[in-house]
Amino acid sequence: MARSSDQPTRSAAQSNRRRSLPSTLAAPAQGWMSSHARCLIESLGRLYRRWLASLLTATVIGIALALPAGLYVLMSNLDTLSQSWHRAVQASLYLQDDLSISDGQALAERLGARDDVDASTYISAQAGLEQFRESSGFGAALDALEDNPLPAVITINPRSDMSRAEIGALLVSLEDEPGVARAELDQAWLERLYAILSVIERSAWVIGLLLSAAVLFIVGNTIRLDIENRREEIEVMKLLGASDAFIRRPFLYSGFWYGLIGAVLALVLLGICFLALAQPLGALTRSYDGAMAVHGLGFDGVLMLLGIGVALGWLGCVLTVNRRLAAIEPR
Amino acid sequence: MTDIVAFKNVVKRYPGGKIALDGISLHLERGEMAFLTGHSGAGKSTLMKLIGLIERPTRGQVVINGTNLAAVKRRQIPRYRQRLGLIFQNYNLLFDRTVFDNVALPLVIRGLGRADIARRVRAALDTVGLLSHERKFPITLSGGEQQRVGIARAVVDRPYLLLADEPTGNLDPALSADIMRLFMRLNEAGTSIMIATHAIDLVERMGHRRIRLDHGHLEDG
Repeated sequence: MARSSDQPTRSAAQSNRRRSLPSTLAAPAQGWMSSHARCLIESLGRLYRRWLASLLTATVIGIALALPAGLYVLMSNLDTLSQSWHRAVQASLYLQDDLSISDGQALAERLGARDDVDASTYISAQAGLEQFRESSGFGAALDALEDNPLPAVITINPRSDMSRAEIGALLVSLEDEPGVARAELDQAWLERLYAILSVIERSAWVIGLLLSAAVLFIVGNTIRLDIENRREEIEVMKLLGASDAFIRRPFLYSGFWYGLIGAVLALVLLGICFLALAQPLGALTRSYDGAMAVHGLGFDGVLMLLGIGVALGWLGCVLTVNRRLAAIEPR
Repeated sequence: MTDIVAFKNVVKRYPGGKIALDGISLHLERGEMAFLTGHSGAGKSTLMKLIGLIERPTRGQVVINGTNLAAVKRRQIPRYRQRLGLIFQNYNLLFDRTVFDNVALPLVIRGLGRADIARRVRAALDTVGLLSHERKFPITLSGGEQQRVGIARAVVDRPYLLLADEPTGNLDPALSADIMRLFMRLNEAGTSIMIATHAIDLVERMGHRRIRLDHGHLEDG
């Protein structure tokens, strides 16, 4: 009994100590935190009071962000698509004429056993000619030839997860094999696709950089006008002893909100584009028997877009606000 | 060290050559209330601006509450101004905030906690007789009420010196007398006050110390 009555007093004393100890430390920090939180909400409220102007600015930012984000989605889709085509890449090894059929078959088997080769098929000169006769319709013309003009061929399917560079290296090493006259990648068009993709990728970067600069200017200009409109208020605050940091804070938070709202609007715009494209895209994917699925930004992409929006809004503000505020002094 | 304000041979020449103050020396004791009078352009505003560190003197020394203002760097000005109470002719209230938020501004700037702010703002509004108006916006108040909000804002952080530049310049005689009585009450409570004003008849009736400026010279200490 004595023990149980002792317990609560001790714990009460403990909790008292716990409560009183940090309060001396936490009070200024709490004031600082709550003043930041208040400022964050206040600056949102300020944007809301002039909601049309704010929305227009945010929309322009949204469009500027949506364009590179859309290109990014397009690019990553084309990239997956090219990956699936990439898996269908075949290399043809043209064999020397003096290689016998049995040597050719042995070579095909040996190459097929390599780690970086999924499959290899030997096609003799004769079989190749038959195939060509069937598929090309030049039968009569081919009959006029005395000799079979086609070499024997080994087709090679590289391991499907290999990169382009690795396939290139594989090709070189295959060319060095005895009995191989020439090695060729079948899909020259794939090389062209890759070239086009890299052009698109580079353009996306350039457009992205240009539009990021545009966002910086939009935010900077909006904040500049905002500061001009509140010139008297800023002068009063300076007279009352407000530090530059204190005066700067609400403007920085407006920059934050412009960026965030702009990025959200960019997501909405992308969503609308996706809906508009859904039908033709569906038809396209069906034609690939579902081997290809169109994907959007994804969770990481959404976070990245929001992050970039906020960062640009903030930065655009920082670049403007210091200079502008320094120019305002009470008279 | 009992001086709250000490000017020593202060000269202020503006760019362009106009000499606003020409070798001023004056003292204001702690707890004193003084009126600064003179025709417009006599240098009253310049003197106030030097104390508020809105301008720097061309020559001479200004010491406020023991601090030589020449030693206050640009970055330290906000902290210095926080300890002054400034009152303006046109009130300088922020019209997008309530009376409460206007008076709270100096405390928000200093980063005080919410409860502390509410307590002090109500005390200041009570002093100027506007406690029932805390939720109103300044635009709905009369000129005299607006100036009382300005005074509440100036005293809310218990400044060691109250500086008022033509505080009754926009008010009729009855309201002006009201405001002056309010200053006297604040002074009786221990605040040092310096008031620049045109209202000479009002000043003479109040019987406080008078500092006269004429073309940048002191007429009477």
